[in-house]
Amino acid sequence: MNSSHTMKEQFIRQFQSFETLLTGEDVSPLYKIRKDAIDKFSALNFPTVKDEEWKYTNINPLLNKSFKPANAIPEVDPAIIGKYLFNKNEFITLVFINGYFSKEFSDVESLPEGLILETISDAIKKHPQLVLDYFSKSSSGGKNIFTELNTAFADHGTFVFVEERVVIQKPIQILYLTHADEIFVSPRNLFVISKNAQVKIIETFAGFGASSYFTNQVTEFLVNENAVVEHVRIQDEQLQSFHISHLAVELERSSNFSSYNINFGGSLVRNNVNTKFLGEFAECRLNGLYVAEGSQFIDNHTSIDHAKPNCLSNELYKGILNDTAHAVFNGKVFVRQDAQKTNAYQQNKNILLSNEALVNTKPQLEIFADDVKCSHGATVGQLDKEQLFYLKARGIQEKEAKALLLYAFASDVVHSISMLQVRDHLEALLAEKIL
Amino acid sequence: MIEIKNLHANIDGREILKGINLTVNKGEVHAIMGPNGSGKSTLAQVIAGREDYEVTQGEVLFNGKNLLELPAENRACEGIFLAFQYPVEIPGVSNTTLLKNALNSIRKYRGEEELDAMEFLTLVKKKMSLVELSDDLLRRSVNEGFSGGEKKRNEIFQMAVLQPKLAILDETDSGLDIDALRIVANGVTKLKSSENATIVVTHYQRLLNYIVPDFVHVLYKGKIIKSGDKSLALDLEDKGYDWIIEETAELV
Repeated sequence: MNSSHTMKEQFIRQFQSFETLLTGEDVSPLYKIRKDAIDKFSALNFPTVKDEEWKYTNINPLLNKSFKPANAIPEVDPAIIGKYLFNKNEFITLVFINGYFSKEFSDVESLPEGLILETISDAIKKHPQLVLDYFSKSSSGGKNIFTELNTAFADHGTFVFVEERVVIQKPIQILYLTHADEIFVSPRNLFVISKNAQVKIIETFAGFGASSYFTNQVTEFLVNENAVVEHVRIQDEQLQSFHISHLAVELERSSNFSSYNINFGGSLVRNNVNTKFLGEFAECRLNGLYVAEGSQFIDNHTSIDHAKPNCLSNELYKGILNDTAHAVFNGKVFVRQDAQKTNAYQQNKNILLSNEALVNTKPQLEIFADDVKCSHGATVGQLDKEQLFYLKARGIQEKEAKALLLYAFASDVVHSISMLQVRDHLEALLAEKIL
Repeated sequence: MIEIKNLHANIDGREILKGINLTVNKGEVHAIMGPNGSGKSTLAQVIAGREDYEVTQGEVLFNGKNLLELPAENRACEGIFLAFQYPVEIPGVSNTTLLKNALNSIRKYRGEEELDAMEFLTLVKKKMSLVELSDDLLRRSVNEGFSGGEKKRNEIFQMAVLQPKLAILDETDSGLDIDALRIVANGVTKLKSSENATIVVTHYQRLLNYIVPDFVHVLYKGKIIKSGDKSLALDLEDKGYDWIIEETAELV
């Protein structure tokens, strides 16, 4: 049996061999960041259920495995990729397989002006200053062991920089596809959206074959003044896999950020979504959906920090749980003392389809200002019996009637996605899960 | 078409229906009247198949089939339609989705081909004019944000699309102003044929000015205590229910 300690040692040993592969990089500033991260990693412990932030999330199933960094790209049937990719004519497409950038499946030719789009490792070589200005600034203060682990190994991932006043028409889709047992991948994204710029980014995490791998991912987002961002995150990993993610978003004055955090896959999933208002009059919408069955475990921890006045946040997370699936929702909203005229709304709604399914939901509002509009709430229930009877009384079979109601419940979360292809894709995935 | 024999039904251990006997043939319109709490709506719900009610005695035959053995959805597929007294709102499910699923489920049950999108749309558009509903209703969620009158009109619209053999209108007139009442009643009358039948459950006579019944039954304390033709409804309007109740009490 493995333990927290041996897992840590494994990763540290693997970092030492990883280091030897980073030839010629030992003078780069990133090398220092990595070394720093692995030191912080060594100083931290893996969380247990005694930690408040991990109270319902037992990561022993993860610690009982052992993982190695992937060392090669496996053969992939294009049909598998095709299932997840949107039309390449209408999207800018990046594909990573087992963490490695796949030139074959990506399409990053003829990028629009004002957009820098590189793998994170290339970006550091080509635009070191630009990357290092922001890299690893907002994601961690050396408190989150998984974030430090990601930083130490961050080699693969995407750097997006949108110049001032540039509106990127084509959405950017990044697909992370993983296949192989006992490997871990550490995708690392840095998205910097300059003043008055606009962009839409879709991240898809998926696997194929019945493989048990570990995705440990970090995305940092800087949304500058008056910028508009739509971010869709589709997590449809293999049912045996592990997925831990950390999304850190900083919002400057009058910026607008919409997030869609959609979760279907994984055996053990933990997403942290941390957003912070750094300027006034900014807006943040956090939408989330989790659909779990079997013995899946999906945990979403979100936090919205109203550090400045006159901002709006609106959060809606919904879940459907069947069999013995277990979900956690923890949503914190902080309204700081001088954050007057804050509007903050938060809701978490769950439908349990079996007696053994479980959700722990904890919406939290901490308000230190006195002139604010805030609300929060959580519901856990079954399908509405009156609605079900109404549909059946019209001749719709019970199974279809239930599916219609579940679909209506869940699709509400993705309705406001502006990209029709993405919405259709999610609705199809949803129908596949529910029907 | 439907034969109800000595039907007894409970909810939460309380007996609501205490031996109903009623036969409705095709081409007929029956009105079931009675004071509040007499069991009118329960009868409608039991026929439609609501599981909250427990049938303790009796049988219901629908075109020779034992209806009580069938779940609600298959009763609807056999041709029973309940126009709800309080239609529920279903956010996120559009009227089109509901009707398309319902119609094709019924057609499949009967071994008929499902309708394609064009055929369905043509049918739906034709039926909409019947109850004077506008096109945008199709895209809206079922009954969500509808006024009381719109909800009832939507029930009749669904009935027009699904073309049931037996329609049960449960207090369809309640809460309707006179214009909405006229629209709803006209819709029902136009759908009437020699091949289908209608049971109108109502508290008031006024709906029966528009939908003229062939038979009127008075339900009281879970039993039909008097049956007659349409003139019985007019007598009830004039004199209320007390005289029948007293008459029945004398007989007992």
